[in-house]
Amino acid sequence: MTQSNNPASDVSNNDVIITIKDLNKWFGDFHVLKDINLEVRKQEKIVICGPSGSGKSTLIRCINRLEEHQMGQIIVDGVELSNNLKNIEKIRTEVGMVFQHFNLFPHLTILENLTLGPVWVRKTPKKEAEETAMFYLEKVKIAEQAKKYPGQLSGGQQQRVAIARSLCMKPKVMLFDEPTSALDPEMVKEVLDVMIQLSDEGMTMIVVSHEMGFAKTVAQRVMLMDDGMILEENNPVDFFENPQHERTQFFLSQILH
Amino acid sequence: MAIIAIDKEKIARIKPPVIKTGVIGWLKENLFNGVINSLLTIIIFLFMVKFVPPFIKWAFVDSVWFSTSQVCKECEGACWSAITKNFRFMIFGIYPYELHWRPFVSMLSLFTLLYFTYYRKYWSKTLLYAWLAGLVAMAVLMKGGIFGLTPVPTEMWGGLPLTLLLSIFGLTAAYPLGVILALGRDSKLPGIRYMCVTYIELIRGVPLISLLFMASIIFPLFLPEGVTINKILRAQAAIIFFTAAYIAEVVRGGLQGMNKGQYEAADALGLNYYQTMRLIILPQALKIVIPPTVSVLVSAFKDTSLVVIISLYDLLFAAKTVIQKPQWNGFSTEVYIFVAILYFLGCFSMSNFSRKLEEELDTDKRS
Ligand SMILES: Nc1ncnc2c1ncn2[C@@H]1O[C@H](COP(=O)(O)OP(=O)(O)O)[C@@H](O)[C@H]1O
Ligand SMILES: [Mg+2]
Repeated sequence: MTQSNNPASDVSNNDVIITIKDLNKWFGDFHVLKDINLEVRKQEKIVICGPSGSGKSTLIRCINRLEEHQMGQIIVDGVELSNNLKNIEKIRTEVGMVFQHFNLFPHLTILENLTLGPVWVRKTPKKEAEETAMFYLEKVKIAEQAKKYPGQLSGGQQQRVAIARSLCMKPKVMLFDEPTSALDPEMVKEVLDVMIQLSDEGMTMIVVSHEMGFAKTVAQRVMLMDDGMILEENNPVDFFENPQHERTQFFLSQILH
Repeated sequence: MAIIAIDKEKIARIKPPVIKTGVIGWLKENLFNGVINSLLTIIIFLFMVKFVPPFIKWAFVDSVWFSTSQVCKECEGACWSAITKNFRFMIFGIYPYELHWRPFVSMLSLFTLLYFTYYRKYWSKTLLYAWLAGLVAMAVLMKGGIFGLTPVPTEMWGGLPLTLLLSIFGLTAAYPLGVILALGRDSKLPGIRYMCVTYIELIRGVPLISLLFMASIIFPLFLPEGVTINKILRAQAAIIFFTAAYIAEVVRGGLQGMNKGQYEAADALGLNYYQTMRLIILPQALKIVIPPTVSVLVSAFKDTSLVVIISLYDLLFAAKTVIQKPQWNGFSTEVYIFVAILYFLGCFSMSNFSRKLEEELDTDKRS
């Protein structure tokens, strides 16, 4: 993997871009997020790990309102998430999301997948949107596949297309929900490399992932979520080598066998 | 562990086993592979031996094609004259004889439009406008009253043009209406949802015949005095409303089959509801349900023959009228075979079109 600069120096300013305050969410009676507090600064990279069902996906999905929260505040780039549709639309154009199962649009070509958002949401002229799309496809090293359909690509290629699709919207923040866990092992690296490159370019990223190498390379902070709570937070070296909370120790022992 | 030795020469030498073909091989493979299959083959073979030659003899050898009904009565075989002699009546019904060229030209333009619609490479805005212009032109031709064309009251429209008119207008109007109903049924707004559910369930709860009766007999009672709505139009509306409810249920099935991830990806990009449906969900959902949709459309096409009961003279009615003429009495087999062939051609083209469309829209195929 490409070696990044010293992670701490990546954060060139201390401007907060995401604020989560006393966030609580229930699915029916099930308390899935419990009093979450989190501040993310511009250009910061945060990696969230934790056992399955602990609420990691739900937490990051609240940030672009794929899930609605019931209590607390989420403020993204100065805009508070509420039922105000305008705010939701604004936040969604500024927050990109990459899913575990890619969720490319199978009936559209790769290029059409990439231009759809810019053309319909940002109202970019088609030609310009296509140029931007090709630029990002080059970046994720897949430009020669532009005319193909998602079903004709490998998992790793699809996930790189999905990342490029988000980037075409020029987001300020990127959310990743276990971007490599649906991939065959030999394809994980090609996706992580793209993410590391993105990180080096100064993107603000929140990544749900258990890829320790990746976390060590890019993250300023790594967090452990369990049972709807953030139990531990630390820099990657101390988080993995010197975990404090017993749940963290247990979890790490599980993923390291 | 050591490296496993590989006999490269052997691997290069071996070839896939050749399957013995030839007539005997083919027969064994396809007709006699197993007891049940062999039995079925024999039964079907016997059946064909018994019925096919007599049918061919009746239909083609002993048959008469262009005779009078008198000759027909004396002949052993099929009397296709019943059709050839009454051809124009069966096709055009009671439309004034000397004006038959008008429905004929209408149908010709209809078939031309259908031909171009069949090939996806011709799909364009131009084709859409051609359809709109074509439909208006057809209506004008049929009805007359302007451009010096003798007016023909709609009561005299009949035969194949009426069947095609009811079907094509009916199906093209029912399809979008059905899609809208399906979306409404899944709407977040309870008012819209309940309206759509009620509509769909009510319509599906009654047979088309009763809808046609309502449209032709009951509905006019509620119109203010002096206002009349054309009977064909009422039947057309009944067919549209009926078919739309069934389309809606089929489309809803397609919507439910959609992966949640597709909605989420669309949301995450910031697409609104209308864009998500139009650009992401419907293109995929409608594609999945092409086969059941075509079933609905095919049965709707056949069901247009029910308009007979409210005295519209469609193709089937024209055929029946022929049989009731004293001189052609007794040749119903021939006449019904002819009508069946026409209906079959219509249904078969629809199925064919849907299969072709499905293949062309299949983007999962690896090229
Ligand atoms: N839409 C939903 N309705 C009800 N329960 C849900 C829903 N989505 C997730 N959950 C539950 O919430 C918990 C947290 O889920 P999730 O955030 O996906 O966990 P993680 O991503 O950490 O594996 C799980 O127990 C899951 O079953
Ligand atoms: Mg998850």
